[in-house]
Amino acid sequence: MTLIRHELKRGWKALLIWTLAIGSFIVICLLMYPEMKGQMDSISSIFSSMGAFSSAFGLDTLDFGSLKGFYGIECGNILGIGGALFAALLGIGALANEEKNGTAEFLLTHPQSRAEIVTAKLASVLIQIVLLNLVVWLLAIASTAAIGEAIPWKEFSLLHLAYFLLQIELGCVCFGISAFLWKGGMGIGLGLAIALYFMNIIANLTDSADFLNSITPFGYCDGSTIMNKGILDSSRLLIGLAFTLTGIGLAFWKYTRKDIR
Amino acid sequence: MGTKAITAENLVKYYGKARGIDGLNLEVETGDFFGFIGPNGAGKSTTIRTLLGLISPTAGKAQVLGLDIGKNNRAILQRAGYLPSDTAFYSGMKVREILKLSADLRKKDCSRAADELCERLQLDRERKVEDLSFGNRKKVGIVCALQHDPELLILDEPTGGLDPLMQHEFFSILQERNQKGVTVFLSSHILSEIQRHCSRAAVIREGKIIACGSVDQLAESSARRVTLRGNIRREDLPKCRDWKELGDAVSFLYNGDINDLIRTLAKTDIQDMTIAEPDLEEIVLHFYEKGGEQA
Repeated sequence: MTLIRHELKRGWKALLIWTLAIGSFIVICLLMYPEMKGQMDSISSIFSSMGAFSSAFGLDTLDFGSLKGFYGIECGNILGIGGALFAALLGIGALANEEKNGTAEFLLTHPQSRAEIVTAKLASVLIQIVLLNLVVWLLAIASTAAIGEAIPWKEFSLLHLAYFLLQIELGCVCFGISAFLWKGGMGIGLGLAIALYFMNIIANLTDSADFLNSITPFGYCDGSTIMNKGILDSSRLLIGLAFTLTGIGLAFWKYTRKDIR
Repeated sequence: MGTKAITAENLVKYYGKARGIDGLNLEVETGDFFGFIGPNGAGKSTTIRTLLGLISPTAGKAQVLGLDIGKNNRAILQRAGYLPSDTAFYSGMKVREILKLSADLRKKDCSRAADELCERLQLDRERKVEDLSFGNRKKVGIVCALQHDPELLILDEPTGGLDPLMQHEFFSILQERNQKGVTVFLSSHILSEIQRHCSRAAVIREGKIIACGSVDQLAESSARRVTLRGNIRREDLPKCRDWKELGDAVSFLYNGDINDLIRTLAKTDIQDMTIAEPDLEEIVLHFYEKGGEQA
């Protein structure tokens, strides 16, 4: 518990900044929705007829003129990218930063097993992801209520759940990588998050690359499936779960036998 | 006290192909004030980090406080205190918070001991760790290593950065602890420090222990530091080392039969001469440096 508290204390500023940044963008977008709704009828047909560009961002299957469509796309871009970057940075730094900053020697010469340290670090990563998503979800619901729209509880919550799971997956995969690093891996974390995002865009562009959507967690965050059908793609989720567990397993496996520099 | 504080049997650690330690054997008795001497890169830190479980040995066995390293790491760390040679702490935290964190990680209230140690070492607890000088950071490390009353203290080059007054205070704290039965194991490349404070010592060179025993025993050798003014050539004295010419005087370490020395000198014209016992530093430097050749 001491270590979890310590981790959260060290992370709360970054958590606050990321939460406010992502939350405020979503709030702003939702507050702009009523004004845009009137103009949407014409825009939406343009958006959906831009060929490959439309399909890349799901504009062809989501109606930009409706709240659900609008939110599926906006939220996808803000919470998707923002949350992914946040989770990746959090995960990649969790174990590696101790060695990068020279504090590993301090931490690991206190009476705790390596497994306990990994558990505490993982728990604090997960807690921070939960907090960010909870606040952002509440802000989204509150803003929707504020603009006087009926709240599509199920779709909104499913979409947020999907992005939450994406962040958990990415956070855990980066956490696993983190156990192998001793110099800090900000570049690896950011690179991975961005690569997975573009993998989803490429997969949306061409059917022959559709398999990429099974690999990238952005695949199960597809706004049109969630918003139009109200479901999550369970097979993609299962693959995501496998990546998540692999990341966690690797972290425990490596860190319990790692030579600390 | 049947158990030894530290034992290592043929301990080996390689970093890839680079040697850390190579077949190290070591025994430290409970209650010892033990010095671990060696030049930089000899394997002092590797030994200590292996004993503490920061790195795992390539081969060999070791026990700390009667517990196998690796298996009982947690229990060892509970009962030992460690001061790293380079102390780093979480930036943004105050000294007070670091000391509290260290105590909390040990699930122990150490505030009284911390108060006393901070006062003796003149450590300001309200400062942030990143604003501290190297010496003051070292003091934070010292308090973290001592505040939970460990049975064994493992100190890696502990005096670096401390001014002479602080070194003095630090060693008196260690002596007090040692008198209460705490085993002190400290590494250093400063031999005078070890000679002054330790009762037993081991010399490490290229990953192996090349000499081990009481400090007096290690310092006790037939070698003598001879300084003389007169007409003498190095070739006349085959068993001397560290030959220094100082104006018209010469100084050297002599390790042969003292009668040979006198007979040789009798043939020459000497104006002045002193023969003194060398200190441990000279002995280690000149007699242990070449592949374990002993004085």
